[in-house]
Amino acid sequence: MSEPILKVSNLETYYGPIMAIRGVSFEVPTGSIVTILGANGAGKTTVLKTACGVMDPQKGSVTFEGREIQRMDPDKVMRLGISHVPEGREVFPFLSVRENLRMGAYTRKDPDGVAQDLETVFGYFPVLKERADQRAGSLSGGEQQMLAISRALMARPRLMLLDEPSLGLSPKLVKEIFDIVLRINRERGVTILLVEQNANMALQTAEFGYVLEVGRIVMADTCARLLQKEDIKEFYLGIKDEGARGQRRWKKRKTWR
Amino acid sequence: MTDRARPSYWHGEKAASDRPTGSRGRKLDIFLQLTLNGLAVGCIYGLVALGFVLIYKATELVNFAQGDLLMLGAFVCYMAVVWWGLDYWLSFLIAVLAVAAFGALLDAVLLRRVIGQPQFAVVMLTIGLGAVFRTFASVTWGSEIYTLPTPFGGVTRIAGVTISHQYLSIIVGTLILCSVLYGFFNHTRIGVAMQATSQNQLAAYYMGIPVKRIFSMIWAISAGVATAAGVLLAPVTLIDINMGLAVALKAFAAAVLGGFGSIPGALVGGIVIGLIELYAGATLPDGFKDTAPYIVLLVMLVVRPQGLFGTPGRKKV
Repeated sequence: MSEPILKVSNLETYYGPIMAIRGVSFEVPTGSIVTILGANGAGKTTVLKTACGVMDPQKGSVTFEGREIQRMDPDKVMRLGISHVPEGREVFPFLSVRENLRMGAYTRKDPDGVAQDLETVFGYFPVLKERADQRAGSLSGGEQQMLAISRALMARPRLMLLDEPSLGLSPKLVKEIFDIVLRINRERGVTILLVEQNANMALQTAEFGYVLEVGRIVMADTCARLLQKEDIKEFYLGIKDEGARGQRRWKKRKTWR
Repeated sequence: MTDRARPSYWHGEKAASDRPTGSRGRKLDIFLQLTLNGLAVGCIYGLVALGFVLIYKATELVNFAQGDLLMLGAFVCYMAVVWWGLDYWLSFLIAVLAVAAFGALLDAVLLRRVIGQPQFAVVMLTIGLGAVFRTFASVTWGSEIYTLPTPFGGVTRIAGVTISHQYLSIIVGTLILCSVLYGFFNHTRIGVAMQATSQNQLAAYYMGIPVKRIFSMIWAISAGVATAAGVLLAPVTLIDINMGLAVALKAFAAAVLGGFGSIPGALVGGIVIGLIELYAGATLPDGFKDTAPYIVLLVMLVVRPQGLFGTPGRKKV
């Protein structure tokens, strides 16, 4: 692990007057899976949106492979090699599954490679092959998530930003999708930045994790160690060692130690 | 479509000589004639409505200057044919390309900036642009009425029905244009990307589709289609600076009738409006020619507010 593929430093992003990201810095080493955990409204999605150019930061920088990309248009960022799987899938509802996948490869000029990758993603998600000529809007939520991931993969990205892939899916499907994410990382060498509320799944898949609270990173460690921390266990995994009746709950504070 | 325009005895067994004579046959001829002309006029409305719908679907802007783009296109073609003495087909091509380029430019320098502004700002802006175009046309080409010389002067008489080549050229031209556009939107990479952009703009950005350039291209297509409609219409209504106004209003009605946002709806809506207009003009008292389409539209909006091809209003969450 040499240069980090993505480096974010002192990022500050606003929604109008509201400061959503309050000086966030983190790194994603090349070839790794890094996760950002956080509750609703912590700013996870905003971090990804700023990284991929949909939102412009007020301050700070985003560096991808040594190149500053903040304030770039999202389609240009994508051409550099960053694919974004947005929250809520965002497939093209009236295009067929196959057309959706082809749109993922819009920026590519090698038809043979595209055809080959189409077979690869059909290999990952055989259900997409069965439904290749169906409208994407008629797929189930899980199938749409598979499609969104496959579509992002069709661009042959070097970095993939995954925003809540587990949203609204059954535990079995979540497991299936995370297995594929792991395979994509291992087999194709795609670096993955994963944003999740499903902390358990995310920490088991990723190598390194950051915890985001109200726009700030409050904890950063390897996932193995994060899994052992008391605060993570209590607030993200819902495991409590003591106080089964929750008497201590009212005065328990997060200490981030 | 063309089959209906033809007399029913076109297909053989009844020879022209043993068709019913007298007033019944005469009425049938008039009816067929009206149908043919209605189809042609409807095709023009349909093409202009198509322009409305394309722009609206992609950018959520309603372009009230669509009719004036049609007028500009007709004038450019007139200029090329009469002033420069060019061939009709070459002039047609020049007009379509010139106005399409102008449409793209319009988007790039002006309309891109009003996306996301209140609809009223956009409505006023495009209405104002239309007025600017008309002024420009009257300064450049004069405010008289001009005749565009076309190769479609003749008529064909088929079993008593006079088919004017002008009207026929509109129908054939529309069919060709629609099949070209259909092929483009469904079978080319950029065409599918345009559909994708209309369906989900944010996701299109994520795919690396240059959304802004796609918008300009959609404006170019809309302006080009309007020009084609204008040039095809020119021999029928003649060219003057106000030729776009009446067409645009009816075309807007056609787009609403078809369910604003549906491309086949726009074309079918246009044809329905065109047919109603001609039938009403021939059978009802004076003045109904222009009001009948709106009466039908009104009834339609009460009975089926989403239009012929529209889906009931559902806001995606």
